[in-house]
Amino acid sequence: MKRWLGLYAVAFFAFLHLPLLTLAAFSFNSSRFTVWEHFSLDWYRAIFRDRQLMEATWNSIIVAIAATLISTVVGTLCAYGLWKRGSRLLTGTLYLSLVTPEIVTGISLLALFQWIFRWLHWHLGLYTVILAHVAFSIAYVVIVVSARLRTLSRSLEEAAMDLGANEWGAFFYVILPALGPGIVAAALLALTVSFDDYVITSMVAGVDSETLPMVIYAMARRGASPVINAVSALVTLFFGILIVISERVREA
Amino acid sequence: MKLRFWFVLPTWVWMTGLFGAPFAIVLAYSFLTRGYYGGVIPPWTVENYQRLFDPLYLTILLRSFLMAFAATGLCLLLAFPAALFISRSPKHKNLYLQVVMLPFWTSFLVRTYAWLFLLRDTGLINTTLLKLRMIHGPLPLLYNDGAVLLGLVYAYLPFMVLPIYATLERLDPSLPEAAADLGARPWATLLRVIVPLSRPGVVAGAVLVFIPCLGAYLTPDLLGGGRTVLVGNLVQTQFTTGRDWPFGSAVSMFLMLLVLLVVWGFLRRESELFT
Repeated sequence: MKRWLGLYAVAFFAFLHLPLLTLAAFSFNSSRFTVWEHFSLDWYRAIFRDRQLMEATWNSIIVAIAATLISTVVGTLCAYGLWKRGSRLLTGTLYLSLVTPEIVTGISLLALFQWIFRWLHWHLGLYTVILAHVAFSIAYVVIVVSARLRTLSRSLEEAAMDLGANEWGAFFYVILPALGPGIVAAALLALTVSFDDYVITSMVAGVDSETLPMVIYAMARRGASPVINAVSALVTLFFGILIVISERVREA
Repeated sequence: MKLRFWFVLPTWVWMTGLFGAPFAIVLAYSFLTRGYYGGVIPPWTVENYQRLFDPLYLTILLRSFLMAFAATGLCLLLAFPAALFISRSPKHKNLYLQVVMLPFWTSFLVRTYAWLFLLRDTGLINTTLLKLRMIHGPLPLLYNDGAVLLGLVYAYLPFMVLPIYATLERLDPSLPEAAADLGARPWATLLRVIVPLSRPGVVAGAVLVFIPCLGAYLTPDLLGGGRTVLVGNLVQTQFTTGRDWPFGSAVSMFLMLLVLLVVWGFLRRESELFT
Protein backbone atom coordinates (compact mmCIF):
# COMPACT_ATOMS: atom_id res chain seq x y z
CA MET A 1 0.00 0.00 0.00
CA LYS A 2 2.90 2.30 0.77
CA ARG A 3 4.22 2.18 -2.80
CA TRP A 4 0.77 2.87 -4.24
CA LEU A 5 0.40 5.84 -1.96
CA GLY A 6 3.75 7.22 -3.13
CA LEU A 7 2.80 6.78 -6.80
CA TYR A 8 -0.54 8.42 -6.14
CA ALA A 9 1.14 11.38 -4.44
CA VAL A 10 3.35 11.95 -7.50
CA ALA A 11 0.25 11.98 -9.75
CA PHE A 12 -1.56 14.28 -7.30
CA PHE A 13 1.25 16.84 -7.18
CA ALA A 14 1.52 16.67 -10.98
CA PHE A 15 -2.21 17.36 -11.31
CA LEU A 16 -1.82 20.42 -9.08
CA HIS A 17 1.21 21.87 -10.83
CA LEU A 18 1.34 20.72 -14.46
CA PRO A 19 -1.46 23.01 -15.73
CA LEU A 20 0.36 26.12 -14.50
CA LEU A 21 3.78 24.86 -15.62
CA THR A 22 2.61 24.06 -19.18
CA LEU A 23 0.87 27.43 -19.33
CA ALA A 24 4.12 29.16 -18.38
CA ALA A 25 6.15 26.99 -20.78
CA PHE A 26 3.96 27.88 -23.77
CA SER A 27 4.29 31.59 -23.02
CA PHE A 28 7.82 31.21 -24.43
CA ASN A 29 6.59 29.53 -27.62
CA SER A 30 7.09 31.56 -30.79
CA SER A 31 3.96 30.12 -32.43
CA ARG A 32 0.55 31.43 -31.51
CA PHE A 33 -0.74 27.83 -31.73
CA THR A 34 -0.32 25.15 -29.10
CA VAL A 35 2.46 23.45 -31.07
CA TRP A 36 6.00 24.06 -29.90
CA GLU A 37 8.11 25.92 -32.47
CA HIS A 38 11.03 27.61 -30.76
CA PHE A 39 11.88 29.80 -27.80
CA SER A 40 10.80 33.42 -28.02
CA LEU A 41 10.07 36.39 -25.78
CA ASP A 42 7.72 38.02 -28.31
CA TRP A 43 4.60 37.59 -26.14
CA TYR A 44 6.31 39.29 -23.23
CA ARG A 45 7.24 42.20 -25.48
CA ALA A 46 3.62 42.31 -26.65
CA ILE A 47 2.47 42.83 -23.04
CA PHE A 48 4.51 45.99 -22.65
CA ARG A 49 3.25 47.36 -25.98
CA ASP A 50 -0.39 46.75 -24.99
CA ARG A 51 -1.60 50.05 -23.52
CA GLN A 52 -4.82 48.56 -22.12
CA LEU A 53 -2.87 45.88 -20.24
CA MET A 54 -0.35 48.38 -18.88
CA GLU A 55 -3.08 50.76 -17.72
CA ALA A 56 -4.99 47.91 -16.06
CA THR A 57 -1.82 46.71 -14.33
CA TRP A 58 -1.22 50.22 -13.04
CA ASN A 59 -4.82 50.40 -11.75
CA SER A 60 -4.42 47.03 -10.05
CA ILE A 61 -1.23 48.19 -8.34
CA ILE A 62 -2.88 51.41 -7.08
CA VAL A 63 -5.93 49.52 -5.79
CA ALA A 64 -3.89 46.73 -4.19
CA ILE A 65 -1.55 49.14 -2.38
CA ALA A 66 -4.34 51.43 -1.15
CA ALA A 67 -6.60 48.56 -0.08
CA THR A 68 -3.70 46.77 1.63
CA LEU A 69 -2.62 49.85 3.61
CA ILE A 70 -6.14 50.68 4.78
CA SER A 71 -7.25 47.13 5.58
CA THR A 72 -3.98 46.32 7.39
CA VAL A 73 -4.28 49.36 9.69
CA VAL A 74 -8.02 48.93 10.30
CA GLY A 75 -7.77 45.14 10.71
CA THR A 76 -4.77 45.25 13.04
CA LEU A 77 -6.46 47.77 15.34
CA CYS A 78 -9.59 45.60 15.32
CA ALA A 79 -7.65 42.40 16.10
CA TYR A 80 -6.07 44.13 19.10
CA GLY A 81 -9.45 45.44 20.28
CA LEU A 82 -10.94 41.96 20.00
CA TRP A 83 -7.97 40.50 21.86
CA LYS A 84 -8.64 42.84 24.79
CA ARG A 85 -12.32 41.94 24.85
CA GLY A 86 -14.02 39.65 22.35
CA SER A 87 -17.20 40.54 20.52
CA ARG A 88 -19.25 37.71 19.08
CA LEU A 89 -21.21 40.12 16.90
CA LEU A 90 -18.12 41.64 15.29
CA THR A 91 -16.31 38.30 14.88
CA GLY A 92 -19.51 36.80 13.46
CA THR A 93 -19.86 39.66 10.97
CA LEU A 94 -16.25 39.23 9.83
CA TYR A 95 -16.67 35.47 9.34
CA LEU A 96 -19.96 36.11 7.54
CA SER A 97 -18.14 38.37 5.10
CA LEU A 98 -15.75 35.47 4.41
CA VAL A 99 -18.43 32.87 3.60
CA THR A 100 -20.60 35.23 1.54
CA PRO A 101 -20.34 34.17 -2.13
CA GLU A 102 -18.25 36.73 -4.01
CA ILE A 103 -20.97 37.37 -6.56
CA VAL A 104 -23.42 38.27 -3.76
CA THR A 105 -20.88 40.67 -2.21
CA GLY A 106 -20.32 42.17 -5.66
CA ILE A 107 -23.96 42.79 -6.56
CA SER A 108 -24.84 44.12 -3.10
CA LEU A 109 -21.97 46.65 -3.25
CA LEU A 110 -23.15 47.63 -6.73
CA ALA A 111 -26.67 48.09 -5.37
CA LEU A 112 -25.31 50.24 -2.52
CA PHE A 113 -23.24 52.49 -4.80
CA GLN A 114 -26.09 52.92 -7.29
CA TRP A 115 -28.41 53.79 -4.41
CA ILE A 116 -25.98 56.45 -3.11
CA PHE A 117 -25.50 57.84 -6.64
CA ARG A 118 -29.20 58.69 -6.80
CA TRP A 119 -28.43 61.63 -4.55
CA LEU A 120 -24.76 62.22 -5.19
CA HIS A 121 -23.96 62.42 -8.86
CA TRP A 122 -20.73 60.50 -8.64
CA HIS A 123 -19.69 57.55 -10.76
CA LEU A 124 -18.11 54.17 -10.21
CA GLY A 125 -14.33 54.45 -10.34
CA LEU A 126 -11.12 53.29 -8.74
CA TYR A 127 -12.25 54.58 -5.35
CA THR A 128 -15.31 52.28 -5.32
CA VAL A 129 -12.99 49.35 -6.14
CA ILE A 130 -10.71 50.34 -3.24
CA LEU A 131 -13.67 50.66 -0.82
CA ALA A 132 -14.90 47.20 -1.85
CA HIS A 133 -11.46 45.60 -1.60
CA VAL A 134 -10.92 46.95 1.91
CA ALA A 135 -14.34 45.57 2.90
CA PHE A 136 -13.43 42.00 1.98
CA SER A 137 -9.76 42.19 3.10
CA ILE A 138 -10.39 43.29 6.71
CA ALA A 139 -11.56 39.81 7.75
CA TYR A 140 -8.34 38.21 6.43
CA VAL A 141 -6.18 40.74 8.26
CA VAL A 142 -8.09 40.31 11.54
CA ILE A 143 -7.77 36.52 11.37
CA VAL A 144 -4.03 36.51 10.63
CA VAL A 145 -3.15 39.19 13.22
CA SER A 146 -5.40 37.56 15.84
CA ALA A 147 -3.55 34.27 15.37
CA ARG A 148 -0.31 36.10 16.13
CA LEU A 149 -1.84 37.92 19.14
CA ARG A 150 -2.87 34.61 20.66
CA THR A 151 0.80 33.66 20.93
CA LEU A 152 1.53 36.79 23.01
CA SER A 153 1.35 36.70 26.77
CA ARG A 154 -1.07 39.15 28.34
CA SER A 155 1.50 39.90 31.00
CA LEU A 156 3.51 41.71 28.29
CA GLU A 157 0.97 44.51 28.22
CA GLU A 158 0.51 44.49 32.00
CA ALA A 159 4.28 44.79 32.49
CA ALA A 160 4.40 47.80 30.16
CA MET A 161 1.61 49.47 32.09
CA ASP A 162 3.21 48.68 35.46
CA LEU A 163 6.31 50.41 34.14
CA GLY A 164 4.29 53.55 33.49
CA ALA A 165 3.06 53.24 29.91
CA ASN A 166 -0.53 54.19 29.29
CA GLU A 167 -2.82 51.92 27.24
CA TRP A 168 -1.89 53.64 23.99
CA GLY A 169 1.85 53.54 24.77
CA ALA A 170 1.67 49.84 25.65
CA PHE A 171 0.02 49.14 22.30
CA PHE A 172 2.34 51.30 20.26
CA TYR A 173 5.70 50.44 21.83
CA VAL A 174 5.18 46.87 23.08
CA ILE A 175 2.34 45.05 21.31
CA LEU A 176 2.79 46.50 17.82
CA PRO A 177 6.50 45.60 17.48
CA ALA A 178 5.79 42.09 18.77
CA LEU A 179 3.07 41.73 16.11
CA GLY A 180 5.41 42.76 13.28
CA PRO A 181 5.67 39.47 11.35
CA GLY A 182 1.94 38.81 11.76
CA ILE A 183 1.08 42.25 10.37
CA VAL A 184 3.40 41.79 7.39
CA ALA A 185 1.90 38.34 6.67
CA ALA A 186 -1.61 39.84 6.91
CA ALA A 187 -0.67 42.69 4.57
CA LEU A 188 0.77 40.27 2.00
CA LEU A 189 -2.42 38.19 2.16
CA ALA A 190 -4.54 41.31 1.67
CA LEU A 191 -2.31 42.30 -1.25
CA THR A 192 -2.82 38.89 -2.92
CA VAL A 193 -6.60 38.79 -2.51
CA SER A 194 -6.90 42.38 -3.73
CA PHE A 195 -4.61 41.94 -6.73
CA ASP A 196 -6.40 38.73 -7.74
CA ASP A 197 -10.06 39.66 -7.30
CA TYR A 198 -12.17 39.62 -10.42
CA VAL A 199 -15.80 38.91 -9.42
CA ILE A 200 -16.38 41.75 -6.95
CA THR A 201 -14.18 44.21 -8.86
CA SER A 202 -16.04 43.64 -12.13
CA MET A 203 -19.29 44.70 -10.45
CA VAL A 204 -18.01 47.92 -8.85
CA ALA A 205 -15.38 49.15 -11.33
CA GLY A 206 -16.18 52.09 -13.59
CA VAL A 207 -15.53 52.21 -17.34
CA ASP A 208 -12.19 53.94 -16.83
CA SER A 209 -11.02 51.79 -13.92
CA GLU A 210 -10.41 48.32 -15.35
CA THR A 211 -8.04 46.18 -13.29
CA LEU A 212 -5.64 43.51 -14.56
CA PRO A 213 -7.91 40.52 -13.74
CA MET A 214 -10.74 42.25 -15.66
CA VAL A 215 -8.56 42.54 -18.77
CA ILE A 216 -7.29 38.96 -18.43
CA TYR A 217 -10.90 37.80 -18.08
CA ALA A 218 -12.02 39.74 -21.15
CA MET A 219 -9.14 38.30 -23.17
CA ALA A 220 -9.87 34.77 -21.91
CA ARG A 221 -13.53 35.13 -22.92
CA ARG A 222 -12.36 35.85 -26.46
CA GLY A 223 -10.32 32.62 -26.36
CA ALA A 224 -6.85 31.64 -25.18
CA SER A 225 -3.92 33.62 -26.49
CA PRO A 226 -0.17 33.41 -25.88
CA VAL A 227 -0.26 36.97 -24.49
CA ILE A 228 -2.53 35.82 -21.63
CA ASN A 229 -0.11 32.92 -21.06
CA ALA A 230 2.70 35.43 -20.67
CA VAL A 231 0.66 37.70 -18.38
CA SER A 232 -0.39 34.65 -16.34
CA ALA A 233 3.23 33.56 -16.00
CA LEU A 234 4.22 37.03 -14.77
CA VAL A 235 1.28 37.18 -12.33
CA THR A 236 2.20 33.72 -11.00
CA LEU A 237 5.82 34.83 -10.62
CA PHE A 238 4.66 37.95 -8.73
CA PHE A 239 2.55 35.84 -6.35
CA GLY A 240 5.46 33.41 -5.96
CA ILE A 241 7.73 36.25 -4.84
CA LEU A 242 5.09 37.35 -2.30
CA ILE A 243 4.92 33.79 -0.88
CA VAL A 244 8.69 33.61 -0.52
CA ILE A 245 8.72 36.97 1.32
CA SER A 246 5.81 35.82 3.49
CA GLU A 247 7.61 32.57 4.41
CA ARG A 248 10.83 34.47 5.24
CA VAL A 249 8.89 36.83 7.50
CA ARG A 250 7.16 33.95 9.26
CA GLU A 251 10.46 32.21 9.97
CA ALA A 252 12.03 35.42 11.30
CA MET B 1 -11.27 50.09 28.20
CA LYS B 2 -12.36 53.28 26.47
CA LEU B 3 -9.44 52.92 24.11
CA ARG B 4 -10.75 49.55 22.87
CA PHE B 5 -13.76 51.36 21.44
CA TRP B 6 -11.52 53.42 19.14
CA PHE B 7 -9.66 50.31 18.06
CA VAL B 8 -12.71 48.42 16.82
CA LEU B 9 -14.58 51.50 15.59
CA PRO B 10 -13.03 51.71 12.07
CA THR B 11 -13.88 48.06 11.41
CA TRP B 12 -17.41 48.58 12.68
CA VAL B 13 -17.87 51.60 10.43
CA TRP B 14 -16.45 49.83 7.39
CA MET B 15 -18.34 46.58 7.91
CA THR B 16 -21.62 48.39 8.60
CA GLY B 17 -21.27 50.73 5.63
CA LEU B 18 -19.88 48.29 3.08
CA PHE B 19 -21.17 44.92 4.23
CA GLY B 20 -24.25 45.45 6.43
CA ALA B 21 -25.80 48.32 4.46
CA PRO B 22 -25.43 46.67 1.01
CA PHE B 23 -26.88 43.50 2.49
CA ALA B 24 -29.88 45.42 3.86
CA ILE B 25 -30.44 47.11 0.50
CA VAL B 26 -30.40 43.82 -1.38
CA LEU B 27 -32.77 42.33 1.21
CA ALA B 28 -35.14 45.27 0.68
CA TYR B 29 -34.85 45.06 -3.12
CA SER B 30 -35.76 41.39 -3.04
CA PHE B 31 -39.24 42.38 -1.82
CA LEU B 32 -39.74 45.14 -4.40
CA THR B 33 -40.94 45.22 -8.00
CA ARG B 34 -38.89 45.59 -11.15
CA GLY B 35 -39.16 49.03 -12.77
CA TYR B 36 -39.65 49.70 -16.46
CA TYR B 37 -36.07 50.73 -17.09
CA GLY B 38 -34.42 48.16 -14.84
CA GLY B 39 -34.85 50.15 -11.63
CA VAL B 40 -36.61 49.11 -8.46
CA ILE B 41 -40.08 50.41 -7.60
CA PRO B 42 -42.90 49.73 -5.11
CA PRO B 43 -45.14 47.87 -4.30
CA TRP B 44 -43.69 45.41 -1.82
CA THR B 45 -44.18 41.83 -2.89
CA VAL B 46 -43.01 38.27 -2.29
CA GLU B 47 -43.38 37.47 -5.97
CA ASN B 48 -39.58 37.36 -6.49
CA TYR B 49 -39.30 34.51 -4.00
CA GLN B 50 -42.26 32.73 -5.55
CA ARG B 51 -40.51 32.85 -8.90
CA LEU B 52 -37.67 30.77 -7.40
CA PHE B 53 -40.07 27.83 -7.52
CA ASP B 54 -40.51 28.17 -11.26
CA PRO B 55 -39.20 24.85 -12.72
CA LEU B 56 -36.63 26.82 -14.76
CA TYR B 57 -35.00 28.29 -11.66
CA LEU B 58 -35.52 25.19 -9.52
CA THR B 59 -33.48 23.30 -12.10
CA ILE B 60 -30.66 25.84 -11.82
CA LEU B 61 -30.69 25.59 -8.01
CA LEU B 62 -30.69 21.81 -8.19
CA ARG B 63 -27.84 21.80 -10.73
CA SER B 64 -25.78 24.10 -8.49
CA PHE B 65 -26.38 21.81 -5.53
CA LEU B 66 -25.46 18.71 -7.52
CA MET B 67 -22.35 20.42 -8.93
CA ALA B 68 -21.21 21.48 -5.44
CA PHE B 69 -21.89 17.95 -4.10
CA ALA B 70 -19.99 16.32 -6.97
CA ALA B 71 -17.04 18.71 -6.58
CA THR B 72 -16.94 18.10 -2.80
CA GLY B 73 -17.12 14.32 -3.25
CA LEU B 74 -14.41 14.29 -5.90
CA CYS B 75 -12.18 16.56 -3.79
CA LEU B 76 -12.62 14.16 -0.87
CA LEU B 77 -11.67 11.11 -2.97
CA LEU B 78 -8.62 12.85 -4.42
CA ALA B 79 -7.48 14.61 -1.25
CA PHE B 80 -7.74 11.78 1.28
CA PRO B 81 -4.92 9.58 -0.09
CA ALA B 82 -2.75 12.68 -0.58
CA ALA B 83 -3.33 13.81 3.02
CA LEU B 84 -2.57 10.25 4.19
CA PHE B 85 0.67 10.26 2.21
CA ILE B 86 1.76 13.59 3.68
CA SER B 87 0.89 12.60 7.24
CA ARG B 88 2.97 9.39 6.86
CA SER B 89 5.96 11.09 5.35
CA PRO B 90 8.79 10.79 7.86
CA LYS B 91 10.70 13.98 7.01
CA HIS B 92 9.19 16.27 4.41
CA LYS B 93 5.70 17.03 5.77
CA ASN B 94 6.07 20.80 5.61
CA LEU B 95 7.58 20.71 2.15
CA TYR B 96 4.70 18.59 0.80
CA LEU B 97 2.13 20.86 2.45
CA GLN B 98 3.71 23.87 0.79
CA VAL B 99 3.69 22.06 -2.55
CA VAL B 100 -0.06 21.47 -2.09
CA MET B 101 -0.70 25.09 -1.09
CA LEU B 102 1.47 26.71 -3.74
CA PRO B 103 -1.08 26.72 -6.60
CA PHE B 104 -3.69 27.95 -4.15
CA TRP B 105 -1.67 31.08 -3.46
CA THR B 106 -1.40 31.90 -7.14
CA SER B 107 -4.16 33.78 -8.93
CA PHE B 108 -7.57 32.08 -9.04
CA LEU B 109 -8.22 33.57 -12.45
CA VAL B 110 -4.92 32.25 -13.83
CA ARG B 111 -5.62 28.77 -12.47
CA THR B 112 -9.01 28.74 -14.16
CA TYR B 113 -7.56 30.10 -17.39
CA ALA B 114 -4.93 27.33 -17.34
CA TRP B 115 -7.71 24.76 -17.85
CA LEU B 116 -9.23 26.82 -20.64
CA PHE B 117 -5.81 26.71 -22.30
CA LEU B 118 -5.52 22.93 -21.86
CA LEU B 119 -9.07 21.87 -22.71
CA ARG B 120 -10.16 24.02 -25.65
CA ASP B 121 -10.45 22.58 -29.18
CA THR B 122 -6.99 23.84 -30.14
CA GLY B 123 -5.66 23.35 -26.61
CA LEU B 124 -2.72 21.25 -25.55
CA ILE B 125 -4.65 18.04 -24.87
CA ASN B 126 -6.54 18.00 -28.16
CA THR B 127 -3.49 19.09 -30.19
CA THR B 128 -1.36 16.35 -28.65
CA LEU B 129 -3.98 13.63 -29.14
CA LEU B 130 -4.50 14.72 -32.75
CA LYS B 131 -0.77 14.64 -33.40
CA LEU B 132 -0.51 11.15 -31.94
CA ARG B 133 -3.43 10.23 -34.24
CA MET B 134 -5.38 8.88 -31.27
CA ILE B 135 -8.41 10.97 -32.29
CA HIS B 136 -9.65 12.26 -35.65
CA GLY B 137 -11.25 15.51 -34.52
CA PRO B 138 -10.93 17.60 -31.36
CA LEU B 139 -12.79 16.23 -28.34
CA PRO B 140 -15.39 18.65 -26.88
CA LEU B 141 -13.57 19.00 -23.55
CA LEU B 142 -14.41 22.62 -22.78
CA TYR B 143 -17.73 24.41 -22.21
CA ASN B 144 -19.59 21.59 -20.49
CA ASP B 145 -20.43 20.40 -16.97
CA GLY B 146 -17.34 18.21 -16.82
CA ALA B 147 -15.01 21.14 -17.43
CA VAL B 148 -16.74 23.17 -14.69
CA LEU B 149 -16.48 20.24 -12.26
CA LEU B 150 -12.79 19.84 -13.07
CA GLY B 151 -12.18 23.58 -12.59
CA LEU B 152 -13.95 23.60 -9.20
CA VAL B 153 -12.10 20.49 -7.97
CA TYR B 154 -8.77 21.94 -9.10
CA ALA B 155 -9.48 25.28 -7.41
CA TYR B 156 -10.60 23.99 -4.02
CA LEU B 157 -8.59 20.76 -3.60
CA PRO B 158 -6.16 22.33 -1.07
CA PHE B 159 -9.13 23.26 1.17
CA MET B 160 -9.83 19.52 1.51
CA VAL B 161 -6.23 18.33 1.94
CA LEU B 162 -5.33 20.64 4.84
CA PRO B 163 -8.09 19.78 7.38
CA ILE B 164 -7.86 16.04 6.62
CA TYR B 165 -4.10 16.20 7.05
CA ALA B 166 -4.56 18.05 10.36
CA THR B 167 -6.81 15.30 11.83
CA LEU B 168 -4.62 12.48 10.49
CA GLU B 169 -1.60 14.18 12.06
CA ARG B 170 -3.29 14.33 15.47
CA LEU B 171 -4.48 10.73 15.23
CA ASP B 172 -3.01 8.54 17.95
CA PRO B 173 -0.60 6.18 16.10
CA SER B 174 -1.22 3.41 18.63
CA LEU B 175 -4.79 2.98 17.31
CA PRO B 176 -3.83 1.73 13.82
CA GLU B 177 -1.04 -0.28 15.47
CA ALA B 178 -3.56 -1.94 17.77
CA ALA B 179 -5.74 -2.77 14.77
CA ALA B 180 -2.75 -4.37 13.05
CA ASP B 181 -1.83 -6.31 16.20
CA LEU B 182 -5.35 -7.65 16.36
CA GLY B 183 -4.94 -9.05 12.86
CA ALA B 184 -6.42 -6.34 10.62
CA ARG B 185 -4.85 -6.08 7.17
CA PRO B 186 -3.60 -2.63 6.10
CA TRP B 187 -6.70 -1.97 3.98
CA ALA B 188 -9.05 -2.98 6.81
CA THR B 189 -7.13 -0.73 9.22
CA LEU B 190 -7.45 2.12 6.75
CA LEU B 191 -11.16 1.71 6.05
CA ARG B 192 -12.35 0.73 9.52
CA VAL B 193 -10.02 2.67 11.83
CA ILE B 194 -8.27 5.55 10.09
CA VAL B 195 -11.11 6.77 7.84
CA PRO B 196 -13.77 6.85 10.63
CA LEU B 197 -11.34 8.64 12.97
CA SER B 198 -10.60 11.34 10.40
CA ARG B 199 -14.24 12.39 10.23
CA PRO B 200 -13.78 15.88 11.79
CA GLY B 201 -11.24 16.81 9.13
CA VAL B 202 -13.40 15.37 6.36
CA VAL B 203 -16.43 17.35 7.54
CA ALA B 204 -14.44 20.59 7.88
CA GLY B 205 -12.91 20.10 4.43
CA ALA B 206 -16.29 19.29 2.90
CA VAL B 207 -17.78 22.54 4.26
CA LEU B 208 -14.77 24.57 3.08
CA VAL B 209 -15.16 23.16 -0.45
CA PHE B 210 -18.95 23.04 -0.62
CA ILE B 211 -19.58 26.69 0.29
CA PRO B 212 -17.47 28.36 -2.41
CA CYS B 213 -18.61 25.77 -4.98
CA LEU B 214 -22.27 26.50 -4.28
CA GLY B 215 -21.84 30.21 -5.02
CA ALA B 216 -19.22 29.73 -7.75
CA TYR B 217 -19.43 32.24 -10.56
CA LEU B 218 -16.10 32.60 -12.35
CA THR B 219 -15.43 28.89 -12.98
CA PRO B 220 -18.83 28.07 -14.59
CA ASP B 221 -18.63 31.34 -16.50
CA LEU B 222 -15.20 30.68 -18.06
CA LEU B 223 -15.17 26.88 -18.36
CA GLY B 224 -18.92 26.33 -18.83
CA GLY B 225 -19.01 29.08 -21.45
CA GLY B 226 -22.52 30.24 -20.56
CA ARG B 227 -24.00 26.81 -21.14
CA THR B 228 -23.57 25.63 -17.57
CA VAL B 229 -25.73 28.16 -15.75
CA LEU B 230 -25.36 27.86 -11.99
CA VAL B 231 -26.97 30.00 -9.32
CA GLY B 232 -23.96 32.39 -9.21
CA ASN B 233 -24.36 33.09 -12.94
CA LEU B 234 -28.10 33.55 -12.48
CA VAL B 235 -27.46 36.31 -9.92
CA GLN B 236 -24.90 38.01 -12.19
CA THR B 237 -27.22 37.91 -15.22
CA GLN B 238 -30.12 39.46 -13.32
CA PHE B 239 -27.92 42.36 -12.24
CA THR B 240 -26.32 42.97 -15.64
CA THR B 241 -27.99 41.98 -18.92
CA GLY B 242 -31.28 40.81 -17.36
CA ARG B 243 -31.78 44.06 -15.44
CA ASP B 244 -34.13 42.41 -12.98
CA TRP B 245 -32.58 43.54 -9.71
CA PRO B 246 -35.45 42.45 -7.43
CA PHE B 247 -35.33 38.87 -8.70
CA GLY B 248 -31.50 38.87 -8.63
CA SER B 249 -31.70 40.07 -5.02
CA ALA B 250 -34.12 37.30 -4.10
CA VAL B 251 -31.79 34.69 -5.64
CA SER B 252 -28.85 36.22 -3.70
CA MET B 253 -30.74 36.10 -0.42
CA PHE B 254 -31.75 32.49 -1.06
CA LEU B 255 -28.12 31.59 -1.84
CA MET B 256 -27.02 33.31 1.39
CA LEU B 257 -29.64 31.33 3.29
CA LEU B 258 -28.31 28.05 1.87
CA VAL B 259 -24.71 28.99 2.77
CA LEU B 260 -25.73 29.97 6.31
CA LEU B 261 -27.65 26.71 6.75
CA VAL B 262 -24.54 24.73 5.78
CA VAL B 263 -22.35 26.77 8.16
CA TRP B 264 -24.90 26.53 10.97
CA GLY B 265 -25.29 22.77 10.53
CA PHE B 266 -21.53 22.39 10.60
CA LEU B 267 -21.04 24.53 13.72
CA ARG B 268 -23.82 22.68 15.52
CA ARG B 269 -22.57 19.20 14.73
CA GLU B 270 -18.90 19.86 15.09
CA SER B 271 -18.91 22.39 17.90
CA GLU B 272 -16.61 20.13 19.90
CA LEU B 273 -13.90 20.90 17.32
CA PHE B 274 -13.85 24.52 18.42
CA THR B 275 -13.82 24.01 22.17
